Amino acid sequence: MTIQFNDETFRDDYTFRNSAEAIRRFPFPFDRDSYMYSVNMEPHKGGREGSPFEKRFDVDEHYVAEMRDRAITLTEDPLRCQSLPHMELAGWDLLDLIMQSKAEDYPDLFSLQRDGNQWHWINRPLGIDQRFTFLDATTLPCGPMEYITRQAQGDFAVLDQREGNLWMDAGMVTSQADWSLDFDIGMNFFEWHAPVPRAAEMGVFQRALKFLLNVQQGSPARRLNWTMTVNPRLDTSPENYHKWGPEKRTITPENVGKKQFLRVELQTFWRLPRSNALAFPIRCYLISLEDLVTVPKWGRRLHRVLRDLPEDLAAYKGFAVNRPMIVDYLARFDDGAETSPGIFAD
Amino acid sequence: MPRTEFTPSITTRPVYPGLSPVPGAAALMLADASGAEALIELALQDAALIAAAHVIYIPEGAPFGAALAALHPKHYHEGPSFSAILPRFRKALLDAHMGTRLYLAGSETLIGLAMAEALAAGLPVDAIQSDHRGSIARRMQCVHCKGITEGVTTDPFTCSHCGLTLFVRDHYSRRLAAFQGVCVDAETPGIVPELQEIKP
Repeated sequence: MTIQFNDETFRDDYTFRNSAEAIRRFPFPFDRDSYMYSVNMEPHKGGREGSPFEKRFDVDEHYVAEMRDRAITLTEDPLRCQSLPHMELAGWDLLDLIMQSKAEDYPDLFSLQRDGNQWHWINRPLGIDQRFTFLDATTLPCGPMEYITRQAQGDFAVLDQREGNLWMDAGMVTSQADWSLDFDIGMNFFEWHAPVPRAAEMGVFQRALKFLLNVQQGSPARRLNWTMTVNPRLDTSPENYHKWGPEKRTITPENVGKKQFLRVELQTFWRLPRSNALAFPIRCYLISLEDLVTVPKWGRRLHRVLRDLPEDLAAYKGFAVNRPMIVDYLARFDDGAETSPGIFAD
Repeated sequence: MPRTEFTPSITTRPVYPGLSPVPGAAALMLADASGAEALIELALQDAALIAAAHVIYIPEGAPFGAALAALHPKHYHEGPSFSAILPRFRKALLDAHMGTRLYLAGSETLIGLAMAEALAAGLPVDAIQSDHRGSIARRMQCVHCKGITEGVTTDPFTCSHCGLTLFVRDHYSRRLAAFQGVCVDAETPGIVPELQEIKP
């Protein structure tokens, strides 16, 4: 397969765009016409050909531009990438997992040759050719987790497992839905989820933790999560909230289709072999409402989901103030027809 | 000074259930002016515990020093501030044997900072007890500039470092011993809600 990488931005002039192919393969997160929290896990063992579920670490047309945006964010704020001292081995585990997966799944883009601990990694889209000694951090330009996650789309949390809990002890977080790694690092599973409304009372976190503690090597899992973002901005961090916050109030009935994006996270969960840590990639996909409604089923369904969503969830997801305009816009694409089960377009 | 009763909140908002003696275990105790009486009450429950304990007290002008010394702890030390007692406290954590219990009493900031030190030193969280007494002022981290503002009693408040107007979240980091402050007028610059005194 050949991917044409977009030259695009996720800030300032926002030239991000989805091709017709990117729209078609978008991971639409709603399998029915309503939404409430659930532990919606399934095995991450491939998926429909061409879909973002097919490969272990999906690479798409936004890859090069997303990595450029990550580098800008890290230059401005190096605290977006942190690893507590006991997590270096997990960083090597993650590097190993991503390099092997990418080289096997996209042999035209990536290659990895291993001779004992002497490794040779080639990343053609980013123009990287690196020989290094596995498990020797002095042979890489930065730590192993930072090195590989500067070359992999999506945020990465690396969770230590001890005391029957998961601990957010390392991460690369530059495209987050408004949470701070710098504040949350070192927290356990219940602590970093504490601000989420309703879900704790529903027992969602207890069940999710139980599932995640038992994820086995070679049997990764996945789920989808979602929120709404104004403009195709990856760095919706609390750190920069005072900079991007005003953009949230620029939505009008005229521009809502272009400026309002559905933001979907493809979350996957991987047991790491040496450290027994859990890798938690959070891959972000963005689609404007006007692109989304080109798939009639999605337009109808998103209208119903957002119209009927409880107010506290809309507030938590940060779009309560724009909801009336969003729902009015989407209503034009909802003729009341029945929708088919499942997330895929008809 | 009575124990503070906090309103129910999210699970990261720390709670301080009070001190109860663990007989036989080595004890390290730390209190400020508002927490001194909690240690005296603890001694009334178990005199043997405090006789074998290392007690560190930050009087801040309060009159409880003589009463604490009269309990005859094994080691008794008064220091003028948390930063002044910190080297001694760290040494005590370093020297602590397996099973040592840590008793913290006083302001939320004292408890939070001491707990962060103890956890970083490897003390299990179950070995730490705490009793909140006195001011409900919060230690806040500005999520934007990362500066810490001490003694916050209003919501919103002004970050003492970058000057942004921040609202007071209940989301708390044990590592930083601080609550999170987030810009309150990020979406509508200049439109700030009315100032309120924070509640326990």
